[in-house]
Amino acid sequence: MVESALKLERARYERSALVEWLTTVDHKKIGILYFWTSLAFLLIGGLLALLIRTQLIVPDNTFLGPQAYNEVFTMHGTIMIFLVVMPLNAAFFNFFVPLMIGARDVAFPRLNAFSYWAFLFGSLLLLSSFLFGAAPDGGWFGYANLTSSRLYSPGLNIDFWVMGLQVLGVATLASALNFFVTIVNMRAPGMSLMRMPVFVWMTLVTAVLILLAFPSLTVGLVMIMFDRYFGTNFFNPAAGGDPVIWQHLFWIFGHPEVYILILPPMGMISEILPTFSRKPLFGYTFVVFAGIVIAFLSFGVWAHHMFAVGLGPVPNAVFATTTMLIAIPTGVKIFNWLGTLWGGAIEMKTALLFAASFIAMFTIGGISGVMHASVPIDYWQTDSYFVVAHFHYVLFGGSLLAIFAAIYYWFPKMFGRMLDERLGKLHFWLTLIGFNLTFFPMHFLGVDGMPRRIYMYSAGMGWDLWNLVASIGAYLLGASTLLLFVNMLKTLRKPADAPADPWDGRTLEWSIPSPPPAHNFDVVPVVRGRDAFWIEKYGAEEVIGPAPERHGAEAGHNPQNPHNPGPGEGAGHDQAASHGAEHHGDSRIHLPPPSWFPLTTGAGLTLMGIGMVMHASDTLGSLGFPVVGLGIAMVVVSLLGWTFEPIHEEGHA
Amino acid sequence: MSDSTAVGHVPEAHHTTTGISHNKMLMWAFLASDCMFFGSLIWVYMVYRGRSLEGPYTQEILNIPYTSVSAAVLLLSSLAMVLALHGIQHGDMRRFRVWLGATAALGALFLGGQYFEFTEFYHHGLTLEQNLFGTTFFVLTGFHGTHVGIGIIWLVTLILMSLFGRLTPANAERVEVAGLYWHFVDIVWIVIFTLVYLIPY
Repeated sequence: MVESALKLERARYERSALVEWLTTVDHKKIGILYFWTSLAFLLIGGLLALLIRTQLIVPDNTFLGPQAYNEVFTMHGTIMIFLVVMPLNAAFFNFFVPLMIGARDVAFPRLNAFSYWAFLFGSLLLLSSFLFGAAPDGGWFGYANLTSSRLYSPGLNIDFWVMGLQVLGVATLASALNFFVTIVNMRAPGMSLMRMPVFVWMTLVTAVLILLAFPSLTVGLVMIMFDRYFGTNFFNPAAGGDPVIWQHLFWIFGHPEVYILILPPMGMISEILPTFSRKPLFGYTFVVFAGIVIAFLSFGVWAHHMFAVGLGPVPNAVFATTTMLIAIPTGVKIFNWLGTLWGGAIEMKTALLFAASFIAMFTIGGISGVMHASVPIDYWQTDSYFVVAHFHYVLFGGSLLAIFAAIYYWFPKMFGRMLDERLGKLHFWLTLIGFNLTFFPMHFLGVDGMPRRIYMYSAGMGWDLWNLVASIGAYLLGASTLLLFVNMLKTLRKPADAPADPWDGRTLEWSIPSPPPAHNFDVVPVVRGRDAFWIEKYGAEEVIGPAPERHGAEAGHNPQNPHNPGPGEGAGHDQAASHGAEHHGDSRIHLPPPSWFPLTTGAGLTLMGIGMVMHASDTLGSLGFPVVGLGIAMVVVSLLGWTFEPIHEEGHA
Repeated sequence: MSDSTAVGHVPEAHHTTTGISHNKMLMWAFLASDCMFFGSLIWVYMVYRGRSLEGPYTQEILNIPYTSVSAAVLLLSSLAMVLALHGIQHGDMRRFRVWLGATAALGALFLGGQYFEFTEFYHHGLTLEQNLFGTTFFVLTGFHGTHVGIGIIWLVTLILMSLFGRLTPANAERVEVAGLYWHFVDIVWIVIFTLVYLIPY
């Protein structure tokens, strides 16, 4: 066994860099893959946004036709939500959650790699629709029966959308399962739930939201698929079906999805503001519970997306009330962030600027959100540009600004290099100006009655000026985002000289080198309180809790030294550290071996989606189901290989 | 959080914060998610219940005695699953394999029954396209059947692994996790059977 393990180790080092990345199960490498992939998609999604604003820059413009416009705004929304914000969040989950809880990897490293590959392939399936001139054109919400009937959407457009999103859904679900188990089960000794960094808390809440909200989307997509492929009647009014059922299914997913997009950024802000204010987070417990309450309420507000559908006054009143309730925990968080800044020794770094602007911009979006909660006002604002302004203030002004803050904050840890602060500040100011120039005028346009999703408007409606301003703002925003890429590429050419703890950080990821070694921690940390690393550095006596209980077995090994935990603590029992025979030094750290099966499983899953799309095409229809079968076979064989792959298991016996 | 008393003695659990193994925690989380999956499917079934515009209608076609027998078969498989787990936990691999084989066989019998039921309905003119009942019935019970099918593959894989010596009493927990899934699928069938078959139309 020792010999085979040695052979495995040796083989590892002989792998080429490409193979290493393709087969990696290291949470940090997977995080970096998520990071660059979703940033590339950000460029595509941003380009589509510029196409929209170019079409709308002047009245009666003919830059894009109606069909192209539908495709562009559908793909812009779908890409930004599923291919940019969610996976950028996932990039930070992957890289930082294990580091912040003092673990050596996630609970299921291969499942984690599978999530990435399924995400990548599913995204490429969705994007490949452009190559066939059949990009999805039914809106990111894909309302039935426009999408469910081949009568109304005859092309392959919706097929790409339905199959791509199903693959992405599997990837997301797998990732959520993984992070749920990781956070609940792999915390370092002493890291009790109420000592976890808020980012970890929000990751946990987001994982639960994904687990409970995504099935409803999956079921809805399956029904659209069956209606399109097998002639079922789920959303077919001619047979008594009801398209509004789709809206319920979609928004029961869709509203929690909003919090899936915003809660992790709220967690990032809750790490960044204390670091640059040199103060602990104000009201930690309130922030955590506010996040939980938001998640809980998010399942009871979906029908506020459907006020104008005609559900009747009673449902509308109920959902208006629950929607307004969400403002309370959200407001709590905003005051806590302000309280964190208040009286702090604030360092005006780029990360802090983005984080602080998040508070302001998100508050504007939150206020317009409360306006929509009122049904009569919503009747007036629904499907107008006011709604577009609202959700861009929460999703760009909220999620994306916080993610930019997180990039400036965590880039040194991920790549060992400090981003340029001058370029960063320029990026920040241009973004803030460009963002407000683009989206604030949309409030006026909405109030003036400009509808969403129209590809053209006539002169003389009074919309010309603000559309022009918004388009100019959008170009500025596009240019400023390029600055981020310039900054990152420029920085990556510099030597990796970032210190382990450049910001005088508070959480455990700053206690190890930048970038961290493959095994993360030489010695699994012992956590003595919130802001665990800060306590180790400055020993804030008053916040130190009781010394953590050692796990029974390990306490026996190192009774004299609480800082040198026993074997395997915190590492995935599933993969690592199970050969706990030797107890000294680094030799006991066994990292999970690389594997091809996550990639092949993801590819097989996507092949099933490709086959379904082919089945709907005129030319390749007969090949469709054989390709689906091939995909199923590939998944089954990969999973069998996955199960029988030699890992650690024997070590337990 | 750190309950350190019993933890050291459970072979697959002593590295985790809660003392519950990763695999078991993963399965519980997955089942919570799967509850929402079946919940959505069942909700749509109930909304469309009795709203078919043309026949064959539910009450003309459902054969309650027949499906009661196949439901009993599936429930019995849960008993066999419990006995299989008991076998491996007590180191009796022969008993484990016999009862896990019985579990898979009972599951397969249920699936065979479902196949027969589906074809029977088809001959009576009930198809996916025919009406809302056909649409919702086949998709709901079909997804349940798919879950049973995946479970059977899983159980057979476990039997094969034990034959090749890759599953020993030391990792009996793997069987327990598969059992969680299997019992869940049974419970879902109790709900579906009650709502689809037993409640009068």
